[in-house]
Amino acid sequence: MTPPSRVPPLAAPIASAELQQALTRKSAVRPAEVVFSSLCLLAAWSSLGILCVLVGTVVWKAGGYLDWQFLTSFDSQRPELAGIWAGLLGTSWMIFLTFTTAIPIGVGAAVYLEEYARETWIVRFIRVNLSNLAGVPSIVYGILGLTVFVRMFDMFSREGIITRLSGRHIEAIVIAGVEIPLPFGTTLASGALTMSLLILPVIIVATQEALRSIPPSLRHASLALGATRWQTVRYQVLPAAVPGIMTSIILSISRVIGETAPLIVVGAVGFARFAPGKIGSLKDLADHPSGLLQAPFGKYTVMPVQIFNWVGQARQEFQGIAAAGILVLLGLLLILNGVAIIIRNRYQKKLRW
Amino acid sequence: MLRRQFSPSRLRESVVEWVLFCCSSVSIFVTAAILFVLLIETVIPFGGVKPFFGHVSMWEFFTETRWTPTFSEKHFGVLPLVCGTLLVASIGACVGLPLGILSAIYLSEYAKPKTRGIVKPILEILSGMPTVVYGYFALIFVTPYIVQPIFHSLLGLEVDSTNALSAGIVMGVMIMPMVCSLSEDAIRAVPRSLREAGYALGSTKYDVSLKVVVPAALSGIVAAFLLAMARAIGETMLVAIAAGNNPRLTLNPLKSIQTMTTFIVNTTKGDTPSGTIEYQSLYAVALCLFVITFAMNVVSHAVMRRFREVYH
Repeated sequence: MTPPSRVPPLAAPIASAELQQALTRKSAVRPAEVVFSSLCLLAAWSSLGILCVLVGTVVWKAGGYLDWQFLTSFDSQRPELAGIWAGLLGTSWMIFLTFTTAIPIGVGAAVYLEEYARETWIVRFIRVNLSNLAGVPSIVYGILGLTVFVRMFDMFSREGIITRLSGRHIEAIVIAGVEIPLPFGTTLASGALTMSLLILPVIIVATQEALRSIPPSLRHASLALGATRWQTVRYQVLPAAVPGIMTSIILSISRVIGETAPLIVVGAVGFARFAPGKIGSLKDLADHPSGLLQAPFGKYTVMPVQIFNWVGQARQEFQGIAAAGILVLLGLLLILNGVAIIIRNRYQKKLRW
Repeated sequence: MLRRQFSPSRLRESVVEWVLFCCSSVSIFVTAAILFVLLIETVIPFGGVKPFFGHVSMWEFFTETRWTPTFSEKHFGVLPLVCGTLLVASIGACVGLPLGILSAIYLSEYAKPKTRGIVKPILEILSGMPTVVYGYFALIFVTPYIVQPIFHSLLGLEVDSTNALSAGIVMGVMIMPMVCSLSEDAIRAVPRSLREAGYALGSTKYDVSLKVVVPAALSGIVAAFLLAMARAIGETMLVAIAAGNNPRLTLNPLKSIQTMTTFIVNTTKGDTPSGTIEYQSLYAVALCLFVITFAMNVVSHAVMRRFREVYH
């Protein structure tokens, strides 16, 4: 027979006041917890501090240099005369040319991947390749552009393969009065083509996301009414996806505006006293409108390259000029992002799937 | 019986599909072109021109400790450039990783939606900042007002006006938004049930964040780290402005150094004639850079895929 288990002695009754205290007392907070949560807080808010210091530094350095004269003059050896007009024009040209080449290809690729592609090995390969391409350093694109567009593999040089085959040394071809140098050399066209290759993965991925947000029911309805696949894409899916695509394109414009390294590699000049196509004002445009066609095949500069050039100058005043240039650049980015946000908000309210 | 008949609309459909397919295969051509361009100047003889590694042996390239392609006495040892690149990138990682991961934890575990609504756009602004601006900031603010007072005035060390430390610190600031948003994605992908199980066992927020959520999101965070490092290694303008132009094999972050990207950007600026060995050395360095960053990207995406599979 097992011995009877001992009944534990009853706990002494706790005085009710003591019990009350024990129940309401907060458990001691471990110091590690406080330290950790405040570190997290600090890290997250440090971004605000950094942004303020950064912008503050630029504004402080730019003091007195950012004025109308700075915006509308060409570059100069003398800091008081230097301006960013050539860069502003060059950047505008760059945006225009880059996106006229990149948007059709990028949107086309995204439409194929989202609307047409079956899961074959090649489609899977394209997808994986896209995400890897987005991680290729921009300067490598610069090297690509240097070889493919600026020099065209030296095919047109004196010993190049084209010269040997044709027996003539071709330096340029003329189409409709526009002289196109071969190879492109360090012209705006080389820069814009390089940039469009660089921006292509960004546009494709963003457009894919915009297309994915369109509900399948829209496609099904269109197909059920007898529309073909392309008609469905062309008249239903793409129009519905336009706001999303626009937003992402505007955001990728800001990437193009800020990109510097590949353009230096493909030969954007740091010091430019000319506008692309010699069109620097409305008067120039009226005088020789053909410059608009010639502009892509001339030398150019863009804002960040000008800024880089100023930063490298020995004279102290140029640091102020560089800061003024940065402010113009940031202002432009701010405007673009504002536009993107407005478009996004406007259509988000309108379209509720 | 339905018969496939020729019709203009059917033709149009297939033409359109074909054109769209061509658009999407452009990305493959770009990758192939990058590889082709880098290889013909370095490894594969093309058009009768001796490639870079025909002049310089691989052994010399990876073991020689001097990099002087533009001097009359030429040495092609990529080590100083790789060392400079890794120095800046690792300082950047030391600054950017803790900042990024801690803010990701804050944003996903602690912050109220309103706070998130403020911090998130700030991070987006920082990540969209052109890198020349970061370079300018490192050169004009971080070196003279942070690095020099601490290391020169206080500790009496010699600080170059362009140095790896300032560039590295600002690099950290630059990669922080990227680390933060990628880690936040990873942290948010951790199922709610794991957190709730933790809380139900009586854990505090601290315990749940550090002992449940972060370990569960670890592979996603590692992927974020790799992507950010690849970005730091490939970054050009920041280091070209703030880290100097002086290839040397040193681990002293207060010296001016040269990275792989700085070498490329400064050498092409001088318009080196093609066919020369200086010109080819550009491609050799670019190939090196491409291989390193591409490998990091591939590994990172593989890790991310594995991570997604665990929770979906």
